[in-house]
Amino acid sequence: MKYFPLLWATLWRKKTRTWLTLFSLIAAFLLLGLLQAANSVFNGGGVQNLGANLLITQARVSFTSPLPLRLLPQIEAVPGVESVSFSQFFGGVYKDPKNFFPQFAVAPERWLKTFTECTLPAEQAAAWKNSRTAAIAGKQLAERFGWKVGDRIPLVSQIFPLKDGSRAWEFDLVGIFDNTSADSCPRMGNMYIRYDYFDEARLFGQGGAGIYVLRIADPNRAEAIGRQIDQMFENSPDETKTQTEKEFSLNFVRQLGNLSLILNSILGAVFFTILLLTGNTMSQAVRERIPELAVLKTLGFTNGGVLGLVIAESLLLCLLGGLVGMGLANAVMGALAHAPVQMPPLKADAHVWAIALASMFGVGLLVGLPPALKAMRLSIVDGLSGR
Amino acid sequence: MSTAIVQLRGVSKTYTRGKQSVEVLKALDLDVAQGDFLALMGPSGSGKTTLLNLIGGLDQPTRGEVIVAGERIEKLKSSALAAWRARNVGFVFQFYNLMPMLSAQKNVELPLLLTKLSASERARRAKIALTVVGLAERASHKPNELSGGQAQRVAIARALVADPTLLICDEPTGDLDRKTADEILGLLQTLNREHGKTIVMVTHDPKAAEYATHQVHMDKGALAKEEVP
Ligand SMILES: Nc1ncnc2c1ncn2[C@@H]1O[C@H](COP(=O)(O)OP(=O)(O)O)[C@@H](O)[C@H]1O
Ligand SMILES: [Mg+2]
Repeated sequence: MKYFPLLWATLWRKKTRTWLTLFSLIAAFLLLGLLQAANSVFNGGGVQNLGANLLITQARVSFTSPLPLRLLPQIEAVPGVESVSFSQFFGGVYKDPKNFFPQFAVAPERWLKTFTECTLPAEQAAAWKNSRTAAIAGKQLAERFGWKVGDRIPLVSQIFPLKDGSRAWEFDLVGIFDNTSADSCPRMGNMYIRYDYFDEARLFGQGGAGIYVLRIADPNRAEAIGRQIDQMFENSPDETKTQTEKEFSLNFVRQLGNLSLILNSILGAVFFTILLLTGNTMSQAVRERIPELAVLKTLGFTNGGVLGLVIAESLLLCLLGGLVGMGLANAVMGALAHAPVQMPPLKADAHVWAIALASMFGVGLLVGLPPALKAMRLSIVDGLSGR
Repeated sequence: MSTAIVQLRGVSKTYTRGKQSVEVLKALDLDVAQGDFLALMGPSGSGKTTLLNLIGGLDQPTRGEVIVAGERIEKLKSSALAAWRARNVGFVFQFYNLMPMLSAQKNVELPLLLTKLSASERARRAKIALTVVGLAERASHKPNELSGGQAQRVAIARALVADPTLLICDEPTGDLDRKTADEILGLLQTLNREHGKTIVMVTHDPKAAEYATHQVHMDKGALAKEEVP
């Protein structure tokens, strides 16, 4: 620590150059913090908890274009299919866009028969079937907003207006469902409204059922059943693609995975530039103070001591830039959490910090080592005479 | 009571550049007594700096023995030699060689970073050294805010601060005007007479050499006659 004033003074010897290098380090670590936090959200999906005996039939083009309800009898008739539910994404916003959670319009009986791992008390299930504006929510979601049975939940749909053109829907919370499996279930954060009411009240899109969710008796037959369904609708206006829920989610994550590959490539390019830039700064900084390094050696600093000083200087520079950059990234993520954008909250968790700190030390060492070795090997006589 | 603090025995130094090799010092013998102020004179290129570098443990001889402060320093490994330098030698160069980004005070404290002294003790000793060279009130100035003479005083304070046995000065007044040079030489003389520092100083200025107690002349890597003023 007693060397800190010496290191600090040396670092700021050429102020403009140090500031420029520092700014690029800050920018790079700001980017790293944001992108790694985003990555960590993409990869944190609870895919592993999805059962293999649920199949999802979606429109072949994309899961965002709804399949019509009239396919239901045909799908239901396929041998091996125990029950069929369908889900239309509602796209509602609860009070504030940052309160993102998914809602789906479903048929209650079908939903209860298909999603058997979700448990809803019998009287709540009955209430759901009895009232057209009734809705149910996962326990996790209800806890998130402090909802109780009997609450009225206003939702502004980003997709579907009501017949009168207004987008302000209202639902009565009649049930809160739990989950039989010990693991966290992705459905626990969802809300389900009634399809019949929704379909009648919406301005457009009538008869669109969204995607179909099928419960099958034998998970080993998943592929055969899926193929049979898809062949059934081949060359029709409603071609389908059937896969297990696990695959469906994996594909979803894979798309995001491609995104994170792109983001990581950008990050790679940025850090390559940073390495060159910081490397240049450090080697220049050492080159122009060869005589000073020689003087330190005449005063009794060992070769190893001089090596340590140069590496410490490089680490100091990278840690300074890195920590300020990560601080800014945290501030930006904090601001995003309050901004009216629909996205999951970003946070630099321990994993992201580990990556960031490893990068700071990595860049610092990589960039500091060559000039440090040069300083270590420097002969005093050559250094003093400027040879 | 002339215990030799520096003893050179048959010291040669050959520089090899590619195929060419130049013998810069030729089987040279030299004794410097404790408490001496020796002026090493001679034309440019005669090997004075090379000789000083060997005495100060900055370089190794090609042949011969270099015994300084009782140690065969040509046998020491690099890190042991560094520790030896920190204890025994203070260096003063022609162009001061101060750290430009550090204040006078921090420059003088530099050698003390290698000791176990506390921060306040380091600051105290540096202040004393600056007082000895008459520059206490400039402690917070950076080298570029000092005149040549003042910068050289800071360099002398830095050489003194760890209380070395030997001061080695390579043309310490080579970059200064007559009047400033006389002040610096007077300071070195005081350090020698009052504080008992042994000084080996290279100069090619005969007037500067007059401040010393002994003069030795070098020519083409060999020592000529010794004069006692
Ligand atoms: N590192 C070196 N490599 C090659 N030649 C050197 C080196 N250092 C000094 N010399 C040569 O040795 C001779 C003596 O140099 P030096 O000791 O600096 O002389 P002085 O200090 O008396 O002017 C000169 O000819 C110089 O060119
Ligand atoms: Mg010389």
